[in-house]
Amino acid sequence: MTEAIAFLPPRADVLARRAEILADLRELVPPGRLVEENNALVPFETDGFIAYRRRPLAVVLPETTAQVAAVMKYCHRYGIPVVPRGAGTSLSGGAIPQEDAVVLGLSAMTRILDVDYANRTATVQAGVTNLAISDAVGSDGFFYAPDPSSQLACTIGGNIGMNSGGAHCLKYGVTTNNLLGVKLVLVDGTVVDLGGQHLDSEGYDLLGLVCGSEGQLGIVTEATVRLLAKPEGARPVLFGFESAEAAGSCVADVIGAGIIPVAIEFMDKPAIQICEAFAKAGYPLDVEALLIVEVEGSEAEMDAMLASIVAIAKTHGVKTVRECQSATEAALIWKGRKSAFGATGRIADYICMDGTVPLSQLADVLKKTAEIVDRYGLRVANVFHAGDGNMHPLILYNINDPQDAAKAEAAGMEILKLCVDAGGCLTGEHGVGIEKRDLMRHQFSDIDLAQQMAVRSAFDEGWILNPSKVFPLEGRG
Amino acid sequence: MLTPATETEASDIIRAHAEIRTPIHIRGGGTRAGFGNLVNAAATLSSSGLTGITAYNPAEMVMTARAGTPVAEIEAALAANGQGMAFEPMDHRAVMGTTGTPTIGGLFAVNSSGPRRFTAGAARDHLLGIRFVNGTGELVKAGGRVMKNVTGLDLVKLLAGSYGTLGFLTEVTFKVLPTPKTTATILISGLEDETAVRAMAAAMSMSVEVSGAAHLPESVRGRFLGSTLPEGPVTVLRLEGLAASVAVRADKLEAAMTGFGPVTRLGADESEVLWREIRDVAPYADSTDRPLWRVSMAPSRGHELVAGLRLRAGVDAFYDWQGGLIWMRMEADPEADILRHGIRSLGGGHATLLRANPEIRTATPAFEPQSRPVALLSERIRGKLDPHGIFNPGLMTSGVSR
Ligand SMILES: Cc1cc2nc3c(=O)[nH]c(=O)nc-3n(C[C@H](O)[C@H](O)[C@H](O)COP(=O)(O)OP(=O)(O)OC[C@H]3O[C@@H](n4cnc5c(N)ncnc54)[C@H](O)[C@@H]3O)c2cc1C
Repeated sequence: MTEAIAFLPPRADVLARRAEILADLRELVPPGRLVEENNALVPFETDGFIAYRRRPLAVVLPETTAQVAAVMKYCHRYGIPVVPRGAGTSLSGGAIPQEDAVVLGLSAMTRILDVDYANRTATVQAGVTNLAISDAVGSDGFFYAPDPSSQLACTIGGNIGMNSGGAHCLKYGVTTNNLLGVKLVLVDGTVVDLGGQHLDSEGYDLLGLVCGSEGQLGIVTEATVRLLAKPEGARPVLFGFESAEAAGSCVADVIGAGIIPVAIEFMDKPAIQICEAFAKAGYPLDVEALLIVEVEGSEAEMDAMLASIVAIAKTHGVKTVRECQSATEAALIWKGRKSAFGATGRIADYICMDGTVPLSQLADVLKKTAEIVDRYGLRVANVFHAGDGNMHPLILYNINDPQDAAKAEAAGMEILKLCVDAGGCLTGEHGVGIEKRDLMRHQFSDIDLAQQMAVRSAFDEGWILNPSKVFPLEGRG
Repeated sequence: MLTPATETEASDIIRAHAEIRTPIHIRGGGTRAGFGNLVNAAATLSSSGLTGITAYNPAEMVMTARAGTPVAEIEAALAANGQGMAFEPMDHRAVMGTTGTPTIGGLFAVNSSGPRRFTAGAARDHLLGIRFVNGTGELVKAGGRVMKNVTGLDLVKLLAGSYGTLGFLTEVTFKVLPTPKTTATILISGLEDETAVRAMAAAMSMSVEVSGAAHLPESVRGRFLGSTLPEGPVTVLRLEGLAASVAVRADKLEAAMTGFGPVTRLGADESEVLWREIRDVAPYADSTDRPLWRVSMAPSRGHELVAGLRLRAGVDAFYDWQGGLIWMRMEADPEADILRHGIRSLGGGHATLLRANPEIRTATPAFEPQSRPVALLSERIRGKLDPHGIFNPGLMTSGVSR
């Protein structure tokens, strides 16, 4: 384990008052909703960014907005830091607590409050999982579009916190494009409704600001999201290429030709091998890069679109073309891709990076990524959303070897800087969290950052919400 | 009129005004002049010296342009590559009775979106990055030029639709998409508002990807397509895409809609004209300044609002966005209180007064009043971007509702 990333020092006065604070919190939530025993706190020490962990002061798991408001009001009054948490699947350490913080977990708020097909909206509590929304409306022919690979576990509140995306967001957009309203508890316990079942909230777009704010602006307790009618059919095709460049320019030409598939996923050779060994999806092992391109619509439409895409792939010397003949085959192709993280975890520890680059820079950034990782004597596997330039290099290392871990972290940071230098950004969907906090100055000038921090302060003057995250620790105000 | 030719000049001008606390009216092409609450400012700062497309790579579906670039120039460059702005920005000139050249900065500053907004997203959903000068003269950048970006707070969304009250945009980077190859429109005749709303909801729950759903009551029908639409109220549903798929989908949609009323179909050319007229609010581009409202509500509730209002006021209305966007023209008074009360009692939404005579505009808040905590929060945010309140003072201020 490395400790390269600093946390704010815990406030001694808060630590000293722990017993008192626990007693007060006990009054604010129903029995069993306050976690205080050391052993019970362990699961909340970290999230999907397991290299760092901190034991929180306490964890509360409220059941209602009123309880959330009461806890916020209390913590605000005494200046106690609060770390909002959904399922804790963040890969950037966004939900990792600190010793003087109360973790405010929304995982007990799992009710679907309203499904309205006439308006195509669902209103749910923040702890409802992403997949549960689609499951609730699937048999009626609807779905909720953003589909992070963690969708079985992650909550809609966490999705809003991170503005999560998924494989299909090339066509359907990310969370912010599918979110209509939230109930938000402000830092002092005030409850506000932003947006609703209508489009474009009045006044400033506070909803847009809250989405992706990583628990910095308030606590989301309910969300109203857009539902979509399911497409008639969907079909993925698998393409194998001799080089990453060929695959990359194929993607550019497909988009340039005016075809927007619902998903374009990219895997490099190491990723293909890892996923194939695990999922037995029938991926070709003799190619350097693989694309999964999915289209939607009626049979006739899909035939027409795929014919164009295949023709374009041929101009880039595609080696393997596998069109699915059945739903089983389609599911298998996706199984390989969707299990990429899990399959990689079976062969090694890894950190998953998440930078974005302009499409024209993809091939070059991939090449330089390989060089960086090579220089540190590590290995990398790349799987990512190619349609929107969102890269996910998985850097493999040995978590029990502190030197190895430090190298992996350093290589990761170099890759993210590379993305920024190529005209991209530090994170496309996993967030800044603690992981990329200290790189923010690489992407933003002091003025840019100060402006963001000033807006943050308009919501939370005392910086008690998730304070060690997102913004560099110095220069706040 | 102050017309900086560079970002640095813009910064200097704004800093100088901030130092002496002198308000500035920010202006693009002025096509929305007369909109919002009246602004009292001695100076006008124009983006018209900041022009030109600075980057455009069709294969990346991204364009960057300086804020004062005419929208027409942007659209021409995009059209040459078979691309466009999927959110269909509206042209306010006819309905606002203005002339001038709409600018791309102004378009994003007002978050202008048209009929496709309810499926494709608003202007703000397509805005990826901005450069702007804040109220102390600092040049700030936010966002970037990639489709996915969650690096820090999304100031891009905050500035979109802020009507020049938070910063002076100098450059915008936005997502563009291939323009649909062809278009067709299904017309259903004779539906009362309520039935029409049900028909539109039914169409939207099908997998045919309807990209426009509007209802044109009898009172406005004659103002579209040179009065050639069939008799009675018409409900219109748009399909777009490759020719083969539009044909297949249109058959399917037609079959499903015959249960509601007689169905006919418009081809590509007429469809394009019709949807442009809907987008630009053609029926109320009537060279008057009779009060015109733009209301956004849950699609299923819009017709209830109109029905309730009709009992108490002289109102004419038609619906876009599946019934959720209501364009409403009042016969005499703006009826702001009845209207806004009606919206609240039907589950919420907002009404914006787009047009009215000067007397009414002074007396009626143009924007929907906000709840007290949201209004306070908005003021605090404005204080962080424009601490001396020099940009368009008063333009968006609308008081507190509840
Ligand atoms: C195997 C795996 C695959 C993944 N794949 C993807 C992917 O494809 N796309 C993607 O975008 N992400 C992915 N992620 C990352 C992660 O799942 C997402 O960021 C997810 O949205 C986090 O949800 P959560 O409920 O676990 O939130 P948490 O991890 O608990 O919290 C995430 C952030 O949101 C804040 N937060 C949580 N709930 C609230 C609330 N109610 N109000 C305010 N703030 C809140 C937290 O403070 C924190 O900053 C993946 C993670 C894993 C482990």
